[in-house]
Amino acid sequence: MTRSKRIEYFGFGVLRLITLAVVLLIFWLIADLFVKGGHTLNWAFWTTFPQKGMTTGGIFPTVVGTAFVTLITALFAVPVGVASAIYLSEYARDHFLSRLIRASIRNLAGVPSIIYGLFGVALFVEGLHFGTSVLSAGLTLGLLSLPYIITATEEALKTVPKSYREGALALGATQWETIVSVVLPPALPGISTGVMLGLSRAAGETAPILFTGVAYYLRYLPGTVWDSFMALPYHLYVLATQHHAIEEVRPLAYGTALTLLGMITLLNFMAIQIRYRYQAQSPA
Amino acid sequence: MMRSLVLLFLLSAIVACRPVKTIEQIQIKGSDSEVAVVMALAESFMHHEHRISVSVKGGGSGSGIAALLNGKTDIANSSRDMSDKEHEMAKARSIRPVPVVFAEDVLVFILHPSLKIKALTLDQIAGIYRGEIQNWKEVGGPDRMISLYGRQSNSGTYVYLREKVLKAEYSPKVKGMNGTAQIVEAVKQDVGGIGYVSLGYVQHNNKPTAGISVVSLGLGEGVSPLDRAAVTGGLYPLKRPLYHFLNGPARGALASFLRFERSEKGQAIIRESGYIPVEGPLAIAPGADVVPKAQPVHGK
Amino acid sequence: MGNKDLTPANLFENQKRHFFNRLFKFLVKTAAFLSVVVLVGIFALLAWNGLQMFREVSVFQFFFTSTWNPSALNAPSFGIGSMLAGTMLVTVAAMFIAFPVGIALAAYLSEVASPRMRGVVRPIIELLAGIPSVVVGFIGIVVIGPFLAKTFALSNGFTALNGAILLAIMALPSIVTVAEDALRAVPRAYREASYALGSNKWTTLVRVTLPAAGSGIVAAGVLGVGRAVGETMTVLMATGNALEVPDSLFDAVRTMTATMAIEMGEVPFGTTHYFSLFAIGATLFIISLLFNLTAEYLAAKFRHQA
Repeated sequence: MTRSKRIEYFGFGVLRLITLAVVLLIFWLIADLFVKGGHTLNWAFWTTFPQKGMTTGGIFPTVVGTAFVTLITALFAVPVGVASAIYLSEYARDHFLSRLIRASIRNLAGVPSIIYGLFGVALFVEGLHFGTSVLSAGLTLGLLSLPYIITATEEALKTVPKSYREGALALGATQWETIVSVVLPPALPGISTGVMLGLSRAAGETAPILFTGVAYYLRYLPGTVWDSFMALPYHLYVLATQHHAIEEVRPLAYGTALTLLGMITLLNFMAIQIRYRYQAQSPA
Repeated sequence: MMRSLVLLFLLSAIVACRPVKTIEQIQIKGSDSEVAVVMALAESFMHHEHRISVSVKGGGSGSGIAALLNGKTDIANSSRDMSDKEHEMAKARSIRPVPVVFAEDVLVFILHPSLKIKALTLDQIAGIYRGEIQNWKEVGGPDRMISLYGRQSNSGTYVYLREKVLKAEYSPKVKGMNGTAQIVEAVKQDVGGIGYVSLGYVQHNNKPTAGISVVSLGLGEGVSPLDRAAVTGGLYPLKRPLYHFLNGPARGALASFLRFERSEKGQAIIRESGYIPVEGPLAIAPGADVVPKAQPVHGK
Repeated sequence: MGNKDLTPANLFENQKRHFFNRLFKFLVKTAAFLSVVVLVGIFALLAWNGLQMFREVSVFQFFFTSTWNPSALNAPSFGIGSMLAGTMLVTVAAMFIAFPVGIALAAYLSEVASPRMRGVVRPIIELLAGIPSVVVGFIGIVVIGPFLAKTFALSNGFTALNGAILLAIMALPSIVTVAEDALRAVPRAYREASYALGSNKWTTLVRVTLPAAGSGIVAAGVLGVGRAVGETMTVLMATGNALEVPDSLFDAVRTMTATMAIEMGEVPFGTTHYFSLFAIGATLFIISLLFNLTAEYLAAKFRHQA
């Protein structure tokens, strides 16, 4: 083997090794969670309330709470996000306003989540007097998800060929009719993927909901959007750091972590499945 | 696929929106030292009172009082009294804080067992937490750096200790844990560790927790906080009242809950949780101030 | 689309269609503008509340002293020096880990891996990206912290190093994604020219492809820093939250984000302490804004080059 080839093998070997190390690390961390907490996962865990000061029982209210607040997030962020993306993709020309909007979106994506939390407290909890509620938390998470959903939707819209639009316009459709009938439908899978990925991230966030609505322990499920709620990520945080019987509940903490991971992975997996099916039928 | 997703979300929304009408809600927020016992009390209380829902949150005494001042909670759990500044703020916001002492707490210091230190004086502890004493050998232990654990500034226990023992600021090296239980867990794993916690966190049903050693206070053998007689006899220096702060006198569900805490069942729960029940009639006539004549229970 | 005869019915129909067209154009434009409003709103809120702190606290004290003790017995102090040091230490250390590893991973995915391996490794990296910060923090408490304590003979795992490793884990996927895109965007011609001149693939990668992807790679790194600086739950759970200026990676530290998360719950509205948290938020906002703008600028420059 020439020296040159040896260098190549060595160099690439190092890269392979590093990749392997990272992959193994990821597996090890997740395996550890499973080993220490897999045994707590059963149907009862997910469908019963916490009992005896949260030292036994399940995490049902947190699952419901997370689902509920994510629903509110979706109800806000999806229409606003998709509409914004439609504007950017279909209407905006390259003038100052559209560049300003795009710059804002990119910068919003980089704002730390705790700052969204502070903003949510000041605007929704206090300013609009929504109080600490599913609504405040959901809207705060909605703002957090907005940049991601807008970007993903815009990408999806971009892949629709110009000829589609031109054809519809040529047949006399207004721009809006074109969008609804010809541009959106093929972009829908891509948009769904983006929306689901964005929502799954929102579901795992803790900092934005800390002061906008999440609670340590509630006896009842949130009945309306004005109630406080329990949530999976905050429950994990409490079990891991603030619970009075930390060691006793450690297995429950593992179980909560696994449930949260499982939920997010499931959502992401579904999102990516949509993307695969979409790519399979992608318009030429 | 989209449709099943939408269905899934709608289903959880419907489940979540199931009309759960409770007649009265009590919000309790605050002290981490109190949260365990108050939660136990609340759970037992709710067993019988199906029309009252009590929600208990931690966050530290400071956050409880802040919530009371912001009008966001019915009861502020606090392991310290309100400061002058807080009283001023209450007046400015037309809030009338009414203190109710529902139990007493014993503040203990825990060490890693390998340090083999049985007793420390309050001065030594003050020196340790002020950062003046940095190595265990200075107080009779092995040659090891002291690893300080404490709470954060929102904790009533943090404030209490600073006022009563340190009389100065904490060393910046104190690791601010998010809750008392985290302190216990950390000290268990840290061979140089010391922390401060409520007795209730290291003793359940009169059995001490394994893996940590509880320091006796005083010269020589010192007074052990595990010795109930010594504590109630006043020999152990760090015994403090645990407060509920209300906005105005208690009525309705609130009064009902406070009465439950004073009942035999409530006192048993308090004792089991490692705290000291207080006795004395609780006058809860409508409009009356709910400040009991607190008399600590003697003996067991 | 519709009957083109000029009957009154058709005219009305067309008017309706055009009305809705204009209406929806207005609605989507408003929706898009909301993003600007939100960004400006966040900044305005932070600035408005943060500046109110400066009525009681001097600029010098805030930025240049290191004692943070707003609830002190006598003289409350509002110096963020120790927090800034803590944030910087953890972030820089995290980048020391995440940047090289991230570039290596990106290089592997872009230059070395077969399409099949790409199909395996990439989803695993994406899985990492999906792990919420609270779970990573939990892992820091139960796995990595004790591991560090055992390995380095420390008394506990609540250290800046723990935080750095966890932040590296969180920042890694962003770095890998951006760097990989940058590498793939380098035209084939560059590599082929290098091969034609007799270089092997490794030398090509190091001497030609990577430099050509230069500003894209740097953008990846800067983006990673931006992510690390803004992390809250992870550092809150794993770094010990000690308000001292750290001497080493083995000290406990508190970051700016952790302080906001910890103290926001205990401040009555309208107090100096309340405003000071917003001042910290504003500082953090500006820092991450600077990083993000830099990353954007570099990425744009790279796109122009390629």
